[in-house]
Amino acid sequence: MELTGAEIVLRCLQEEGVEHVFGYPGGAVLFIYDEFFKQDKVRHILTRHEQGAVHAADGYSRSTKKVGVALVTSGPGATNAVTGIATAYMDSIPMVIISGQVPTPAIGLDAFQEVDTVGITRPCVKHNFLVKDAKDIAPTMKKAFYLASTGRPGPVLVDIPKDITQHKAEFVYPETVSMRSYNPVTKGHPGQIRRALQLILEAKRPVVYAGGGVILSNASDELTEFVRMMEFPCTNTLMGLGGYPATDRQFLGMLGMHGTYEANMAMQECDVLIAIGSRFDDRVIGNPEHFSNAARKIIHIDIDPSSISKRVRVDVPIVGSVRDVLQDMLRTLRASRERCDAAELESWWKRIEAWRSRDCLKYDRQSPIVKPQMVVEKLFEVTGGDAFVTSDVGQHQMWAAQFYKFDKPRRWINSGGLGTMGFGLPAAMGVQMANPGAQVACVTGEGSIQMCIQELSTCKQYHLPIKIVALNNRYLGMVRQWQEFFHGNRYSESYMDALPDFVKLAEAYGHVGMRIESPSDVEGALKEAFALKDRLVFMDFVTDQTENVFPMVPGGKGLNEMILV
Amino acid sequence: MRHIISLLMENESGALSRVSGLFSARGYNIESLSVAPTEDSSLSRMTIVTSGSDDVIEQIIKQLNKLIDVIKVIDLNDGQHIEREMMLVKVKAGEAEREEAKRMADIFRGRIIDVSEQTYTIELTGTVAKLDAFLAAVDSGWILETVRTGASGIGRGNRMLRI
Repeated sequence: MELTGAEIVLRCLQEEGVEHVFGYPGGAVLFIYDEFFKQDKVRHILTRHEQGAVHAADGYSRSTKKVGVALVTSGPGATNAVTGIATAYMDSIPMVIISGQVPTPAIGLDAFQEVDTVGITRPCVKHNFLVKDAKDIAPTMKKAFYLASTGRPGPVLVDIPKDITQHKAEFVYPETVSMRSYNPVTKGHPGQIRRALQLILEAKRPVVYAGGGVILSNASDELTEFVRMMEFPCTNTLMGLGGYPATDRQFLGMLGMHGTYEANMAMQECDVLIAIGSRFDDRVIGNPEHFSNAARKIIHIDIDPSSISKRVRVDVPIVGSVRDVLQDMLRTLRASRERCDAAELESWWKRIEAWRSRDCLKYDRQSPIVKPQMVVEKLFEVTGGDAFVTSDVGQHQMWAAQFYKFDKPRRWINSGGLGTMGFGLPAAMGVQMANPGAQVACVTGEGSIQMCIQELSTCKQYHLPIKIVALNNRYLGMVRQWQEFFHGNRYSESYMDALPDFVKLAEAYGHVGMRIESPSDVEGALKEAFALKDRLVFMDFVTDQTENVFPMVPGGKGLNEMILV
Repeated sequence: MRHIISLLMENESGALSRVSGLFSARGYNIESLSVAPTEDSSLSRMTIVTSGSDDVIEQIIKQLNKLIDVIKVIDLNDGQHIEREMMLVKVKAGEAEREEAKRMADIFRGRIIDVSEQTYTIELTGTVAKLDAFLAAVDSGWILETVRTGASGIGRGNRMLRI
């Protein structure tokens, strides 16, 4: 049967089982929006800015195992989406972004709302397509979903000119995809796995360093079984939090620039480092030369060959899906029952416990001013450790990562790679949409929240009862912290003056606002907010302006050169 | 060190910009790049001459392989190979230079493919080093214009890049 291009777009989304599309209409996508109007299988969520739409689709994807979908118009619609696309790209989030384009005869003529969307997004997508014929829409959409969700996931953009959405073509949705140029590996090489296991069993001071790849490949069960079976210490990256249960004794906390003392020391002092779905990022290992000076063997499991030996030379690389490789390793370990030298492991744990006893995350619990760390600790208690927590970027993000103990994967949702302020609120919308009834908190700052504050209106329209936990210290806190440490206390442009009254602002948008100024009110406010199950509550916590995030590994320094409290 | 990287990719619009964009985004060098369709018109073959440490070359090859349109990549320097580049040079060929210009073209096994009263256009093929040597051997004041294709490379014997 012949359908118009716009009808085909909707049929493709239905075939892919897409339930929610986040977007914003405009001239080039009017025919597609017309088709949304005529059906009720795919629900469209109207955000207030294209950046919000893409972040919402991103949060939707991170909290489920699904591909997030966003729809934007040509020109400014596409350029506004770029920050969201780059955010998803840096964190390898599977998404499909459909953008409208000016009609094909107008391409290249500087038409109204024309930009070279494929050109602009090329460096921040896994792949992109410009569809030039209505009959190509279905195979392209099939490829887009396939590319986004397989191998190392990532965002894929499909740019569709307006005339193509009007033209008719036969609709057949392909059942399978085969691309001669794209064959992602899943199984690890058995020889490499054998070499890795040999190294693991000989280890005296092992550490498991697991990242976002564990979350993306749904391998937390395998990781947890491996770590417990071997009685190894385990640390997670910012992106990997929840991959291993944070309340477990074998968990060392997050590592890296604001990681725990015990995690960073163990990384530096171990003799066998097992890197799983992590990429030795600069915020994780500090100075790569300093990091490599320590004599240790490194095993690196990653689905992307280009992540291996990119920043740090490794001894045993294993290219494959984290989940498949861990399953293969577990199969062998279960059968052999061979384990590491128990006495060596015990003395290693003793050293780790000594580092842990430094209590590197301590802060002044008697302070008369609200401490941001305390707010996050109370949030953890009040939500029973079971909330989805999104965050923006800065000090509050680090405190949320340090003080909320994530026991489950896909609960901690933040922009790790790109570090996008403004991510938290729209991401929380996607999370809440995908998980109705779940507790969703957005931990943010007074700086970040203002970058996508317009989405409060979307939350009202769709009844999204997100709990906004704003740690308001009237500073761009992380900038101020760096200025204090490295720029002689010259707080250049980091003070937030002329802030709105967030309580009134929340009320103006039809939500509930609260201001909390005393430590004794923190817990009560959180309880009250979460009891309002059908309302969005904006909690404006007036926090200590001088608080800094510790520990801290200054840029260019080694992991064992931390600044402690 | 200088490397010649050869690759096969889908012959689609935008494919070239994905490769050149990758090199500029990641700060890799491109000495030359040449591309054209193969006997199978759905495929393009590209030759990139680049330079970098072993680690950088390893990353370049991995990153190229990661591009969705790229089907196969090889580093020709991993084995025996042949490289050729073609150059067209327009030189002065008035009374004073005519004899000498013809002699230089012959010595370098070049062919004169266009003649005017004041100029010769010489076609030369060879390794990059040979073309450089020609330019160095000719009086620099005589050279009016040069155009080079960039190197193409192919493995020796049974070493092939095909799907």
